[in-house]
Amino acid sequence: MTFWERNQLKLAPFLFLAPAILIFLIYVIYPIIDSIWVSFHEWNGMDKNGTRANGNPNWSWVGLKNYIVLFTDDEEFYVSLFNNIRWLLFSLVAIPIGLLLALFVNQRILGMRYIKSLFYFPFVINAVVIGVIFTWFYNPKYGALTYVLSLFGLDPIPVLADEDLATYGIIIASFFPGIAYTMILYITGLTGVNREMVEAGRIDGAAGFTMLWHVILPQLKPATLIAIVVTIVGSLRSFDLIAVMTAGGPWGSSEVLAYKMYQESLFNYRMGYGAAIATILFLIMDIYIAWFLYRLFKNEKSEK
Amino acid sequence: MKKLITLIVLFASTVVSAGTLVVNSNQSGESSKAAFDAYVDAFRAAHPEVTVVVNEFEHEAYKTAIRNFLTAEAPDVAIWFAGNRMKFFVDQNLFQDVSDVWADAGLNDSMASTKGSLTVDGKQYGVPWGYYQWGVYYRKDLFDNLGLNVPRNWEEFKWVCAMLKKNDITPITIGTKFLWTAGGWFDYLNLRINGYQFHMDLTAGKVSYEDPRLDATFAAWRELIDPGYFLEDHASFSWQDAQAPQINGEAAMYLIGNFYVPTLESAGVVDKMDFFQFPTIVEGIGVAEDAPTDTMHIPSGAKNVEDAKKFLAFMSNKEAATNWATMGGMLSPNKYADKPTNRFSVMGAEMLAAADDIAQFWDRDANPDMAGAAMEGFQEFMVKPDREAKIRARLEKERARIHGAL
Repeated sequence: MTFWERNQLKLAPFLFLAPAILIFLIYVIYPIIDSIWVSFHEWNGMDKNGTRANGNPNWSWVGLKNYIVLFTDDEEFYVSLFNNIRWLLFSLVAIPIGLLLALFVNQRILGMRYIKSLFYFPFVINAVVIGVIFTWFYNPKYGALTYVLSLFGLDPIPVLADEDLATYGIIIASFFPGIAYTMILYITGLTGVNREMVEAGRIDGAAGFTMLWHVILPQLKPATLIAIVVTIVGSLRSFDLIAVMTAGGPWGSSEVLAYKMYQESLFNYRMGYGAAIATILFLIMDIYIAWFLYRLFKNEKSEK
Repeated sequence: MKKLITLIVLFASTVVSAGTLVVNSNQSGESSKAAFDAYVDAFRAAHPEVTVVVNEFEHEAYKTAIRNFLTAEAPDVAIWFAGNRMKFFVDQNLFQDVSDVWADAGLNDSMASTKGSLTVDGKQYGVPWGYYQWGVYYRKDLFDNLGLNVPRNWEEFKWVCAMLKKNDITPITIGTKFLWTAGGWFDYLNLRINGYQFHMDLTAGKVSYEDPRLDATFAAWRELIDPGYFLEDHASFSWQDAQAPQINGEAAMYLIGNFYVPTLESAGVVDKMDFFQFPTIVEGIGVAEDAPTDTMHIPSGAKNVEDAKKFLAFMSNKEAATNWATMGGMLSPNKYADKPTNRFSVMGAEMLAAADDIAQFWDRDANPDMAGAAMEGFQEFMVKPDREAKIRARLEKERARIHGAL
């Protein structure tokens, strides 16, 4: 027996995985490590061996300076961080709404399939398109919102030009695809709900909200978990809607970490500083991913 | 995205062999693309021995792509902007000295007016191909209805605003969502109040943002902000969104560049429109105008420098220079080019010819990092003028970080 024949079973999975692992290493792991490395330098994105107009090198080691400046001397960083927290908390609202919609469309009514796909549609639309639509919706001069407010005799609200409202305006736009996604997760979850348990609950006199809370929801736990994690990671990564709807404005008040990172590195030529922001964002996300994996493994264990 | 661009550039370079000239262009708009194509075709006809390959980029995406391709896979010619935007790459040794092209093709004479904006330490690093004026585009019909005349000075300008406001017309439309329109206002107020040299010192980071001379600039701005002369909620609007009130006849004036004219034509209101120079504020201050110049450069990594220089020198061809500029709604920097026929361009050309000094524009004159922070500050000031002290302190902190202590 050749070496291959003896070890075929053990080796085959690795061979099949190899391309994926290779691509993952090159396009995900390497950039992460490289970003962290860049964050300890001052770099304008140009030739690393070149020099700047003032004679300083393009690329130089500065240790923790970028992080120190970020935490002690950059108001915008805290604005962005605070906005990220707002995103994190408020985007979770999409989950119960998604659940309600899922319960609503999970009925046997004529034409429900079409209604289902209609509700799912926003998730398929490009985020940029959603951003543009909502920008028009909020337009204080010609937008639909202004029209609706005028019906009640109210003055227009310049949502995206108001430093206190802009972020909420964008978060609401993010509900559009967010609700559709959680709805699909719950629809899938609902098909797996154990009918015998529902019957048993009914015999015990549960109905309506009691039924939902004590019988259905516990069975939807895996779907809820995924919905929460995906929503949170999505909210931390939020960038496209902000770029389209406000470009971080007015005066930087709707910036989040991802957008600030883009601004600093690509427009202000501060690659090192941008990388430091990316690293902070990476660490924040890590906390959630760690929590997610922990819950996942715990669940699997309890099921065994 | 970056990788994709690199790939495209790499691909373009593999198809290319000796005798071919690779040109990276940001002329992606409909009219500007046609104008650039005309120049390339004229060059091909004059130099059949050179094969020209044009890589076209979307205008905004080009601004980030250029930093990548200049270092990674340089084309032979790259289109860019004069002033600090060019100097940034000159300082990185990414653009070549093309002073010889200026001398050999007689550009020192024909392009004399824009030479300064392409010169660093006495050497030229690019060739201009077009520029355009800034000024106030206004609804002549609305002015006529109210019996208003073109304001010549600041008092008249404020009076015109007051009369328009009284008649429920928004005096000035503006959309500051993408910030640079606010930069235009600051440019003009500061140029008219403190003059060209002070303005250039400020963009070069040599003057504090808390300098008392800037008090008057912000104070004059406030004279328009406090009575509500600017379009309401302007931070919601892009510069295109802000066109609508003027096209609909709800707003009277717009401080913008001449690239606005094609929109006025297609919207069918161009006959109701006219143009005036930004009014004098302080008597005796030299007249300076914003006239952003668009340029061509030879990257240091260019492979076919010889043909690239021919491509730049071809701007001395009167006909080609005229066509490229006028087809794209611009003015040709070549003084022998045919005079423009569009009336807005004619007014612009006369105004700029009479100007004492020409500035590029806030975000082309200032360091990119500083320009962005400052324009955010200007936008905030236009909505919350009471925060002036706080905003200026913040900008001064940024200035000190970027340009060092004074």
